[in-house]
Amino acid sequence: MSAGQPPLDSPEIRRLTPVLAPGYSYTSVTDKISAIVLTRPTSLGWFAGFGIAFSLMGMMTIAIGWLIIKGTGIWGINVPIGWGFAIVNFVWWIGIGHAGTLISAILFLLNQQWRTSINRFAEAMTLFAVACAGIFPLIHTGRPWMAFYMFPYPSTMGLWPQFRSPLIWDVFAVSTYGTVSLLFWFVGLIPDLATLRDRAKTKPKQIIYGMLAMGWRGSAHHWHNYQSAYLLLAGLATPLVLSVHTVVSFDFAIAIVPGWHTTIFPPYFVAGAIYSGFAMVLTIAIPLRKAYALEDFITMRHLDNMAKVMLATGLIVAYGYVFEIFMALYSGNKFDVFLVQQRLHGPYAPFYYALIFCNILTPQLLWFYKMRHNVAVLFVMSIVVNIGMWLERFVIVVISLTRDFVPSAWGRYSPTFWDWATLIGTIGMFVTLIFLFVRVLPAISITEMRELVAETSEENE
Amino acid sequence: MEHHSHIYGVMGEFETGEQLIQAAKKTREAGYRHVDAYAPYPVEGLSEALRLHRSWVPLITLLGGLSGGLGGFGLQYWAAAITYPLNIGGRPLNSWPAFIPVTFELTILGASLSAVLGMLALNRLPQPHHPVFNVKRFTHASSDRFFLCIQARDPQFSLTDSARFLQSLNAVYVNEVQDD
Repeated sequence: MSAGQPPLDSPEIRRLTPVLAPGYSYTSVTDKISAIVLTRPTSLGWFAGFGIAFSLMGMMTIAIGWLIIKGTGIWGINVPIGWGFAIVNFVWWIGIGHAGTLISAILFLLNQQWRTSINRFAEAMTLFAVACAGIFPLIHTGRPWMAFYMFPYPSTMGLWPQFRSPLIWDVFAVSTYGTVSLLFWFVGLIPDLATLRDRAKTKPKQIIYGMLAMGWRGSAHHWHNYQSAYLLLAGLATPLVLSVHTVVSFDFAIAIVPGWHTTIFPPYFVAGAIYSGFAMVLTIAIPLRKAYALEDFITMRHLDNMAKVMLATGLIVAYGYVFEIFMALYSGNKFDVFLVQQRLHGPYAPFYYALIFCNILTPQLLWFYKMRHNVAVLFVMSIVVNIGMWLERFVIVVISLTRDFVPSAWGRYSPTFWDWATLIGTIGMFVTLIFLFVRVLPAISITEMRELVAETSEENE
Repeated sequence: MEHHSHIYGVMGEFETGEQLIQAAKKTREAGYRHVDAYAPYPVEGLSEALRLHRSWVPLITLLGGLSGGLGGFGLQYWAAAITYPLNIGGRPLNSWPAFIPVTFELTILGASLSAVLGMLALNRLPQPHHPVFNVKRFTHASSDRFFLCIQARDPQFSLTDSARFLQSLNAVYVNEVQDD
């Protein structure tokens, strides 16, 4: 390095780290991204990864099948701990989905260029996470074939759902969230599907992508309405994503159970959701960019920004933990004070300390530039945070239910093999879907990358 | 005016979005009205250059959101206060604050569905075939080239003159678009 040049991690150089490596044209971005789907041979690594994930998904199918035959008695739930893994996993999965919508909608409204190359697979992640989440409340009902009772329909019994119940709010929030995420994702895909249709060399691909593209021809009239619809969807998805985890937190906050009945839950749940979601985006992005040589599109700038969002939301979550304890002590309510003691010293205290380690202590490393630019550290940390956020939900659900108001109603909870099989099985399903998605659809929005090429070439002129 | 029943129009190909905007402006200035442009990404300023009227999508979305919200609240009011009233400790049947979350979600759902379906309907999609696909080079419209098409139904259209006009705008290729 010659004298006078700033060191590599100086602010000047950092600002210059691009969101797209230089030298790309419309043709080359289109080629590079569509080749992953159209021309590159499927690698052995893909088959190996898919095989493992698909086997785990098979385990989930067996676990759910056995559940339907035997009933929820095969799980560790009991009286008084009626919620257990099913609800812990539900809240965890739905939270993971939130980062996808944040990236695609909120960062779009804020005009953040760096969202471009990560929004497509983050949205896919949202959809798949919501699919995994949706399984749990469904099978937790015990009679999943009766789940339609939760929807308002004119039944011959004259029954209607109890619209004052947060559990019904949840049905509407999660199903709306799933639907809007799917719409947003699909609308974003339409122009890319047209690209794949026009570049596909074989008849079946041309027909399938052609049908999905619906005859999109990139006309100015099309784009005119398209951009309007996309902007409106982003504007609609933004309050929606904040409402979903708020409603999920109402499932707890509206109950009078100690540790649940707090007003801090909605903001703290939303922050936690975005925190775990960004961790999951990193968990997917890091292997993806490596496997398909996408380092020019998903640059260090993206990883750095995501790490910063994780740090910020992690601090909000830490604030939530501190205030949970403070409010319990300040209120002087003996049940709340007792619950705090149970978290710190009770039978599940190791989970609480593990949670503090994963969610509060570890992410402090992200203050350092070197750590944010070390891909291996980021990958490990993203997994640690995912585990931490799962532990958070476990602590919230299980400790409160095992230590209710009356000692005669206290209990213990431990998951069974089938609980674990279902949780790990949904992870298998999630990974299976991600593998299929990467293989058949463009994991990065080609259209938006072309826009980025146009914008960056203007800046350079 | 010549009559070409088998011709949809003439199409010029351009290399950049900027050239396409200039060409679109000049074509409109030359008096052509039935003109459409094609681009692989939404080019800023193209709608203005073609003088497209404001999109109807926002209005459709507003109406969809309003009907979702009103329908959602109405559904809950009807279920909880009229057809299936439950007296729980004398609490009011029309407990509207408890109906807000579902009303909100259904507002978003109605608006989003209308935005997407409205956009597709206004764009006349799905439409599997369109004459512009007859142009061989048009496959580049979805990757790296920009096209401007003057349609035969334009009163000012003439196959030779319009093609020459597009050439004068520095189109790299000019093709006639067969109708079928």
